[in-house]
Amino acid sequence: MDDQPNKKRRDFLQLSSITIGAVGTAAFMWPFISSMNPAEDTLALGTTEVDVSDIEEGQSITVKWRGKPVFIRKRTKEEIAEAKLVNLEELKDPEKDLERVKKEEWLILVGVCTHLGCVPLGQKLTDSKGEYNGWYCPCHGSHYDTSGRIRKGPAPKNLPVPPYTFLNDTTIKIG
Amino acid sequence: MSNSSEPKKYKNSFLNWIEFRLPIISYFQKEYGDYPMPKNCNYFWSFGALATITLVVMIVSGIFLAMNYTPHTDMAFDSVERIMRDVNYGWLLRYIHSNGAAFFFIIVYIHILRAMYYGSYKYPRELNWILGVFIYLLMMVTSFMGYVLPWGQMSYWGATVITNLFSAIPIIGEGIKTWLLGDYNVGNATLNRFFALHYVLPFVILGVVGLHVAAVHVHGSNNPAGIDIKSKNDTVRFFPYMLIKDTIATCVFGVLISAVIFFGPNLMAEVDNYIPADPLVTPAHIVPNWYLAPFYAILRAVPDKLGGVLLMFGAIAILFVLPWLDRSKVRSCNFRPIYKWFMMLFFINFFVLGYVGMLPAEGTYLLIARVGLIYYFAFFLVITPFINRIESPQTLPASISDVYLSENINNLAHSAEKETN
Amino acid sequence: MKILFFLVTFLISGSLLAAESSNKNMPKHEWSFKGITGTFDKAALQRGYKVYREVCEGCHSMKLLYYRDLMDIGFSEAEVKAIASEYTVLDGPNDEGEMFERSARPADRFVSSYANENEARASNNGAYPPDLSVITKARKHGEDYIYNLLIGYEEPPENIEVGDGMYYNKWMDGNQIAMPQPIYDESVDYDDGTDNNEKQIAKDVVAFLKWSAEPELEVRKNLGIKAILFFLVLGTVVYLAKNRLWRRVH
Repeated sequence: MDDQPNKKRRDFLQLSSITIGAVGTAAFMWPFISSMNPAEDTLALGTTEVDVSDIEEGQSITVKWRGKPVFIRKRTKEEIAEAKLVNLEELKDPEKDLERVKKEEWLILVGVCTHLGCVPLGQKLTDSKGEYNGWYCPCHGSHYDTSGRIRKGPAPKNLPVPPYTFLNDTTIKIG
Repeated sequence: MSNSSEPKKYKNSFLNWIEFRLPIISYFQKEYGDYPMPKNCNYFWSFGALATITLVVMIVSGIFLAMNYTPHTDMAFDSVERIMRDVNYGWLLRYIHSNGAAFFFIIVYIHILRAMYYGSYKYPRELNWILGVFIYLLMMVTSFMGYVLPWGQMSYWGATVITNLFSAIPIIGEGIKTWLLGDYNVGNATLNRFFALHYVLPFVILGVVGLHVAAVHVHGSNNPAGIDIKSKNDTVRFFPYMLIKDTIATCVFGVLISAVIFFGPNLMAEVDNYIPADPLVTPAHIVPNWYLAPFYAILRAVPDKLGGVLLMFGAIAILFVLPWLDRSKVRSCNFRPIYKWFMMLFFINFFVLGYVGMLPAEGTYLLIARVGLIYYFAFFLVITPFINRIESPQTLPASISDVYLSENINNLAHSAEKETN
Repeated sequence: MKILFFLVTFLISGSLLAAESSNKNMPKHEWSFKGITGTFDKAALQRGYKVYREVCEGCHSMKLLYYRDLMDIGFSEAEVKAIASEYTVLDGPNDEGEMFERSARPADRFVSSYANENEARASNNGAYPPDLSVITKARKHGEDYIYNLLIGYEEPPENIEVGDGMYYNKWMDGNQIAMPQPIYDESVDYDDGTDNNEKQIAKDVVAFLKWSAEPELEVRKNLGIKAILFFLVLGTVVYLAKNRLWRRVH
């Protein structure tokens, strides 16, 4: 006669044991997973300051930000005009050139192809700049224009613009 | 998804599919579900499970630490402190790992103590004992190498002292030492190879543990009465009866290790290991990890270098032959009125040896270490083989059920009373 | 079972007692970070950092700390930037291949006064002022020892000859220390009006060193309480379940 409530209580105890144990195990796993995220010293290097006073029109430099290459190009008038003239409907990832720059002559991009992460060519004067006079990714043939927008090839998105601010006319803080 | 001609052992068709191709489901059911455990097993029988859990936690925390550790003499110390300061929860991983090592040894010592007291090493479980001693040996090697990795003063000088033991071997000793170190002194090559070995040896341990567990499942677990299982009535299924006891033991263990990890994480650490290694300055007082200290005491108790090394390794080697040194047919010390006390004295003696191993080797401490050394070997070579000539064991109970009943007679009466109410 | 159980408990508690008894003679002090729920007093840590900068930093490095770490003890980002910019670090090479000096940033490590150990020894009569990053973990009795040492300078007893360039200290091993007494009453001015007597200054700088050695202390204790509670609750529930289950075993 005592059997029924006993069984219920046991079921309850077993169920709560299993639940508490499962919650505890999940909580125990968190520190391990979390330890694989960037550590504090890595995060502290999240900003880079660049002096751009030496760059001449038409030239580009590459700096490292969070371990990735960042392209800084001082664009020529023609390049700016070319970027502005593009019909947005032709673009795979439509964005106005104005939305991608803070000062017209300075184009700042994360130099990582949005396809599979290669670094596109086009920084050095001798590099192929691709069909649209911007950058060309040799891995799978993506062409970017003078605003860093994807024009041809497998890449789905434009080259991303990193967060940056002009500290003064010649110093840019990336990050 | 399965062919209609395949056997249908389980309700779930996925389980049937697996089982037909690789019978692991019935294997786990047999070895960890239905596996019969003597029902009089006390909580000392949970230490095997605790050791397994600790081994897994050590391996997992070790892998995550290795993701952030740099095995180079210039960077090792700083990379460990970077783990402690900058890596998310890095301090937790490191304190789990360093204190886990100490608790691993506490658990394994209690596990060995249980095996010795209840005679678990005797026929037909000799091979099981040998595998166990082998695991213990691997643990000592692994923990020694792990202790070198933070590259503090104790790491460096501990490595120097221990590897110098090999130079005691006549003629080829120096050559072996240099080969082990990969250098004329403990250096970058040493640190690098110790890291490689410290990473891989735990997996070897895991493999031997697998054999150790498989071997115990052949003839079943021993029990406090040390008598064989005679009927199904003597046993309970591992699941859930023993699993639930192991879970309780795990919780108690969890409270204890949490208390140390979170509130005294450096209690079992040596302060000198927070000073970066300096090959030009030896700390005033070099001590081994406490869990290796009994053997260190034996080493220092002998005035001769080679003799000390031989006796130290002999003290470990002699464990391998314990099943053949003990001639008594009775397993459990509960039924051996004289040997029981020698056994207790052996445990205390081992503890005292460890204690003096941590103290300077001089004066009274040295004398105590020498007495301890003599008892250690006398226990194995004189007392264990010859005690049954003067000892007459008590009558063994007829069956495990009888033991269990007599132990639980009060509980039973109590619950019977409750049920009638 | 019972005898064995007592033996195991005896041995383990014996070793704990032995560890405890080695604490004899070292006077203990009150610290806010002691105990199960102990926390750091951020005002004291900030005062302690000031003491470190004005008194210790000339000789002792703290290489494991970054300026950004100071945000943990209550400095704002702007304050940390200002502190860091007072130091210069060697960076480079630049595009011309040359090393150059620049002011430190929050992401830089604490700048040491000496370029390397040899320079430190040469400037201190051959004695090497140890790095203080983890000093409370690297000495027996930790914070109590460092505190006692800082205020433990005395006139040497008559029968003891103190070496050239050495000072007498009650708590130093061998009683001779190469470091002259660093802290006196009013040797550091406090901005927050705290009484700057010798003991208070020593206490603040030791608290700072403790934080530097164990910055995770507060988080650790907090998590520890949760971990222990978890095992207690789970253990109790499983224990009740076990009693139910085993009642059927005869």
